[in-house]
Amino acid sequence: MKTKALLALTLLATTAMGASAETLRWARAGDSLTLDPHAQNEGPTHTLAHQIYEPLIIRDHSGAFQAALATDWAPKEGDPNVWVFNLRQGVTYHDGADFTAEDVVFSINRAKSENSAMKELLTSIVEVRATDDHTVEFVTDGPNPILPSNLTNLFMMDKGWTEANSATKVQDIAGGETTFASSNTNGTGPFQLVSREPDVKTVLSSNAAYWGKDEFPLDVTEIVYTPIQNAATRVAALLSGEVDFIQDVPVQDLGRVADTSGLVVKTAPQNRVIFFGMNMGADDIANDNVDGKNPLSDARVRKAMSLAVNRDAIKKVVMREQSQPAGMIAPPFVNGWTAEMDASSATDVEKAKSLMADAGYGDGFSIQLDCPNDRYINDEAICQAAVGMMAQIGVTVNLDAKPKAQHFPLIQNKETDFYMLGWGVPTYDSEYIFNFLVHTRNDERGSWNGTGYSNPDLDAKIASLSSETDLEKRNGLIGDIWSVVQDETLYIPIHHQVLNWGMTENVKTEVSPEDDPKFKFFELGG
Amino acid sequence: MFSFALRRVFQSVIVLLVVGLVAFAMFRFVGDPIDNMLGQERTLEDIERLRENLGLDKPFMVQYWRFLEQAAQGNFGLSYRQGRPVADILLERIPATLELAFVSGLLALIGGIVLGIFTAIRRRGVAANVIMTASLVGVSLPTFLIGILLIYIFSVELNWLPSFGRGDVVDIGGWSTGFFTESGRKALILPAITLGLYQMTLIMRLVRTEMLEVLRMDYIRFARARGIKERAINFRHALKNTLVPVITITGLQLGSIIAFAIITETVFQWPGVGLLFINAIQFVDIPVMAAYLMMISVMFVGINLIVDMLYFAIDPRLRVERSGGSN
Repeated sequence: MKTKALLALTLLATTAMGASAETLRWARAGDSLTLDPHAQNEGPTHTLAHQIYEPLIIRDHSGAFQAALATDWAPKEGDPNVWVFNLRQGVTYHDGADFTAEDVVFSINRAKSENSAMKELLTSIVEVRATDDHTVEFVTDGPNPILPSNLTNLFMMDKGWTEANSATKVQDIAGGETTFASSNTNGTGPFQLVSREPDVKTVLSSNAAYWGKDEFPLDVTEIVYTPIQNAATRVAALLSGEVDFIQDVPVQDLGRVADTSGLVVKTAPQNRVIFFGMNMGADDIANDNVDGKNPLSDARVRKAMSLAVNRDAIKKVVMREQSQPAGMIAPPFVNGWTAEMDASSATDVEKAKSLMADAGYGDGFSIQLDCPNDRYINDEAICQAAVGMMAQIGVTVNLDAKPKAQHFPLIQNKETDFYMLGWGVPTYDSEYIFNFLVHTRNDERGSWNGTGYSNPDLDAKIASLSSETDLEKRNGLIGDIWSVVQDETLYIPIHHQVLNWGMTENVKTEVSPEDDPKFKFFELGG
Repeated sequence: MFSFALRRVFQSVIVLLVVGLVAFAMFRFVGDPIDNMLGQERTLEDIERLRENLGLDKPFMVQYWRFLEQAAQGNFGLSYRQGRPVADILLERIPATLELAFVSGLLALIGGIVLGIFTAIRRRGVAANVIMTASLVGVSLPTFLIGILLIYIFSVELNWLPSFGRGDVVDIGGWSTGFFTESGRKALILPAITLGLYQMTLIMRLVRTEMLEVLRMDYIRFARARGIKERAINFRHALKNTLVPVITITGLQLGSIIAFAIITETVFQWPGVGLLFINAIQFVDIPVMAAYLMMISVMFVGINLIVDMLYFAIDPRLRVERSGGSN
């Protein structure tokens, strides 16, 4: 009798709650940096923006394209330099204004302006024009087959609202000004901003007028977002029931969370690959013990170093099974990735030793490895493991691990000869990797290529990718470039990172490879 | 008195300027903010342009001078991380830190004095010995660990108290306070204990030692001989005379409570200036780091100044000697 009454009470309580608000309390390590959707190109900032604003196209939690504010898009017939986007009709902003083609033109131009952090993704766009209220044409400086994938984090603002609040210009921090749009929002998204204290708490509530309210689960009606920086505290907050959903679960606590009744951990490969880069371009390098020549400029040495890395041991010991050994520096979602190349990284210490001997470094050499200690999952520990592995082939590695703010400038300023880097590919296409990591470093491309590698032949191929409209031919080119990258052992791939989300068992969601939960997809219940 | 105060104020200004100079000389070693401010897709051109706009290509002396010039006009610049005025951010965050420091300071003072007296009076009792041993743990365990332990026991296992944040706050004239809501008061308990534990054990040991010393004094013996009640001897005569060094230490420790709050605030995600500073370091948010360091040094210098003045007020001998010498 007693249990029955209790059951009835619980049922009553759940239905009552279902009728009012389904609050999702969400925590991750960092907070969004600004509410201005074009001012930062950064994970947590985009994640929050995705709840409030919408781009033309989004990626769903499997990484596939999904129509958002555009219903369909295609290159214009007869003109390969133009993309035509048909916009969704009947969409309104949170303040009630209609979403029209004019807003798209305005938003793209705003995102292309000087202070925007998104402008690098839009460099190929020459003009955006509205042909009618719900059709927009993007004119590019040549055929650009992958334009849509550059637009998945490009949010649409209302022209009228932005202009009325004089927020047309993206915030210029150096100029010492703040803008209305960096602390206020007016989007078309499934949630609208209720309150926000940066770094403390942000509350969102569902948008009753959302165009997709019949298409998506939209079970969450209120989101309370609190950044919790300390990993142990974040996990404790989930364990004690103070939050329902956390990102960035530390690998050492995964078991603890998964074993707790009522909690689940969901795991999926992340769009991020971790690897080592080597300065092969210099005639002599500073951080080694070899005078007058650069051992890293010899492909045999680089190959040997790659062969020495035992990726399975790193996965097992350092990552507690939370990684996927990599043989190429492209995440598995990316166009150009092949299972064959990704499986190509065997460990073979004997072969590595003979390669070293062939190259004239049978006695080895010593070199400094620069590593971040607060950027990637267990980054410093991976480097420590690599030190021991390199020692097996006679390469004495001195490890220097630093915070990311000091590590990345080393790559930027070419002050490191052997370094760790991680790379995510927001466009899901190999061109992005080649542009930043393989192309010769110049003003436009190769800004993250710290290897000093320069191959004019390859550069020409990379440059031609952006305007090759024949997809088959383009994929052929991508394959060619990858085979050179692999043959040269341009980088030493380590693994693909794995993402972990912890949640109470009534939260139902897949893990998105970009680590950006879109709460309209979340289901809640039993 | 006046010339003494003036001299100390002048010294304080020098200290502040030197702190600022050292801070600016150090910022280069914290890292480069540009990478954090621009996305992964930035070009070399973007980097150069931003570096120039922010004046980061200038020597640190020039940057420091620019900071002083603007700070003198009350302008601390914009945070690189949040893009909001640093002064606003600090004002928003400081109530959280001060409330936490106040509660843990109070806890340390009351707890320390009560336990100190107790262990001094009952110095051979079992309870006193247990407290003394336990206090060793308080001194030797790092703040970080104490915080995590408390969270584990009281949040995860017992589910009594929140593990993070400040709970609901009420805004009173720009000062956000957690004192007036239940969740706010609950949220204060664990961080306050974590932050105050070390100071409490310190004060307790100090009070105990001083008290034992004083209890051996002749005037206490005479008081006993006169048949004054034990209670009055302990609390009226002995305690009063132990308090002078306690005040000194408490004053000095108040500064370090606010400075130590960095660790406690990180563990409990307490939205105060300490957490802000940690975030600023990770992002190399130079305007926030500079303003925070200046604020903390103003506070330390100010507290020391006040303690010096209090000495003057409390200890009549100082006054006599000074006035005798200078007039």
